[in-house]
Parts: sequence; C-alpha cells; structure tokens
Amino acid sequence: MGPTQSEQLLIDREDGERAARESLRAQVARLERELSAIVADKFPFIRAPGPSAEACAGPCLMNLEQLERSRDRLAGRVWEFRRLAEERIEHERRAHELLEGMKLEPGRYKFARLPVKDLGQGGCGVWRVRPRLGLIGMLAGWWQVKLSSGCPLPRGLRPRRGPAEWR
Amino acid sequence: MEGRRAVSAPGGFEPAAGWCAREVEQELPELRVLGVEVQVGRRGPVTGASSREVTERLRELSNRFRGARAVGVRREPVPAAYRVFFHQIGLDPDILRTPIEAAVLERMLRGGFLSGGLLSDVLLIALIDTGVPVWALDSEAVDGPLGIRPSREGERLGRSPAAPALPSGRLVIADASSALAVLFGQTAPQHEPAPHTRRLTLFALQVPGVPALFVEEALWSCYAALERP
Repeated sequence: MGPTQSEQLLIDREDGERAARESLRAQVARLERELSAIVADKFPFIRAPGPSAEACAGPCLMNLEQLERSRDRLAGRVWEFRRLAEERIEHERRAHELLEGMKLEPGRYKFARLPVKDLGQGGCGVWRVRPRLGLIGMLAGWWQVKLSSGCPLPRGLRPRRGPAEWR
Repeated sequence: MEGRRAVSAPGGFEPAAGWCAREVEQELPELRVLGVEVQVGRRGPVTGASSREVTERLRELSNRFRGARAVGVRREPVPAAYRVFFHQIGLDPDILRTPIEAAVLERMLRGGFLSGGLLSDVLLIALIDTGVPVWALDSEAVDGPLGIRPSREGERLGRSPAAPALPSGRLVIADASSALAVLFGQTAPQHEPAPHTRRLTLFALQVPGVPALFVEEALWSCYAALERP
C-alpha cells in the first residue's frame, strides 16, 4: 500500500524544502566566489570584508531560514563590494585621464601631483608637473611631467658620517 | 548510519572513507571524511622538534608564500571550496578562518611558517601543499570507524567526564562511542596525540569542489613524513 495523501504531502514538502536548500547553497557558492574575486582583484585598494555582526555559532546542518539569512548576508556584502569596485574603477579612469592631460599640456596642470596608486599600480611613485630648470622654467613657462622614484629605502636614509669616521 | 571502514589497516597507505549520518549525507552529499592510520617511525616524541629536513621544507614554503599569493589564496580552487563550505554549514570564513587562510595569515604576521614540533609541522606542510587540512588523533583513543554526524543532546566532546559539553546539532567527527572533534574546530583534548603516542589516526575532510586526489595527497604527505624513522 502506498503512502496516504497526507504522508505524500509531507514527503513532497520535505523534497521541496531540500531542493530549496540545495539551490540556496548553490547561490551561496556563487556569491562567495564573486566576493573573493573582487577582493583578490582589487587588493589593496579595497579591503577584505570584516567579520559580520552575527556571531558564528558553529558548524551545523542549516535549515531553510538560516541558509536564506546566510545567502542574504553574503548578497549584501557582494553588493557593497561591487559598488566599491565600481567606484574604484571610476577613480582609476579619472586618474588616467588626468595623467594623459598632464602629459599633453603640462602647463595647464602646474604643480599637479598624481600618486601611481590612483592609477591602480603598486609602489609609492608620484607623477608631478614641475618647472624645467626651476625658477627659470617657472618664469618661462617650461613645464614637464616627472615620475618620482618612489618608495623610501627600507632601512631609512644612509647615515651621515663625519670626516673623523672615515679614517 | 552507513558503517564503513574509517581508517586503513596499519602497514600500508590505504585511505578509507568514513561513514556519514543519514541526515548529513542527504544534506551534504559530497562531504566525506577520509582517514588513515599510521605507525610513527621516529623513536623520539611525535610532538618533539622536527628533523632538519622538515624545518627546511617549512622554510622553503615560507619563501614561496609571499604577500601576493596570500591575497589570492581565497581564489584558488581548493581554498575557495572550503570557504564556500564554511558558509554552507553556518561558519563565517571571515570570522573563523579556513585552515589554509589561518596558516597564511600566521605566515604573514610572523614572517614565516614557524616550526611547532614534528606532528604540527607535518600537518602544516600538507595543508600548504594541497590546501586540504589534516587532523590527527591518538589511535588508542579511537573506538572504531570515524564518521560525521550532528552532536546529540547533552553530549560531550570526548569520553572524559571533564570534556567540554557540545550544543546539540553541532557537526562532529565521531567514532562508535563519542564525538572526537568539531568539524573544523576543537579536537577532544583526551584524544589528541600525546608525545608518547605511537599510532595516529589521520583524517581529512573532503568538501564539494575538492577532488579526492588532493585529500589523498594531503594524507599521504603526512603518512610518509610520520612513518619515516
């Protein structure tokens, strides 16, 4: 004899919930991968997400509601990080435009500074518009774009030694 | 529960899949525990100082693991699979880091993978090489095959009366009589390998997205290093 109608309804409901949980787990996997990709691509310009407000209780078999909350929390993070990534892309695009402008018409961007970090590059270099030959260039309107050498030495400046120490 | 051999017979490397409680198998069908038993080859304590070979390997791995790789580790397929699995079992990998991310963070903070004794080093090397975490238990304190199940009402972590209590429904690694370790968490203190332990039960968790080959490789790496005299 097969299951009664009420038993069949219960089985169908359990199957449905299991399928929903499976779908939620797949969504969680997709969101996590997207979040990790943003964090890894945009480091160090976008910082990795901090811990969420909800405490981490421990490993368990999550029910539908818990999985939904987990998915929503992750979706919120992904949304926020997508926005930060878009802002960063826009910031870098504007910085590239500025650098192009500085190179084409340095006279229009007198004393402008553009750190290479703003261009999405590593290091401490800074693009600067400076007068050629110092004061003469300033008076004559001779401007040029220069890239500074970058990061300070890891051990600081070379110590200055007095003549007595040379012996 | 589906009863299967949880650890291989001593004498050869034969990792065996453990059992899974029915509710775990239904919800997380690709989750597996693989175990292998190993006879410790060295004469001294298993938790004692590592050989020069092991410490050199750690140094070599420290040099290979630099900042750029540390940032990108969460995108690598195996670590990413563990991150995803953490979310799926209610853990936040940004609070409780996955084992590989925790090891990498330590590497960045301390400037290298520091030696913590032979057993700890061997497990760490396997983790860094494969991305798969391996844990060890004292075989003498393991009763029958290992498996995964939710903890029961009023259960403790381990058989000692002083063992910490577990909330019900926690996913644990268990043997025939008690819970031995929380998944990706604490191991029962009385079941951890002691310096004089000669036989170890090594186990690793295979989660969805991690090929069995990686898990076996991690276990093999530990097995080979511990078996060596």
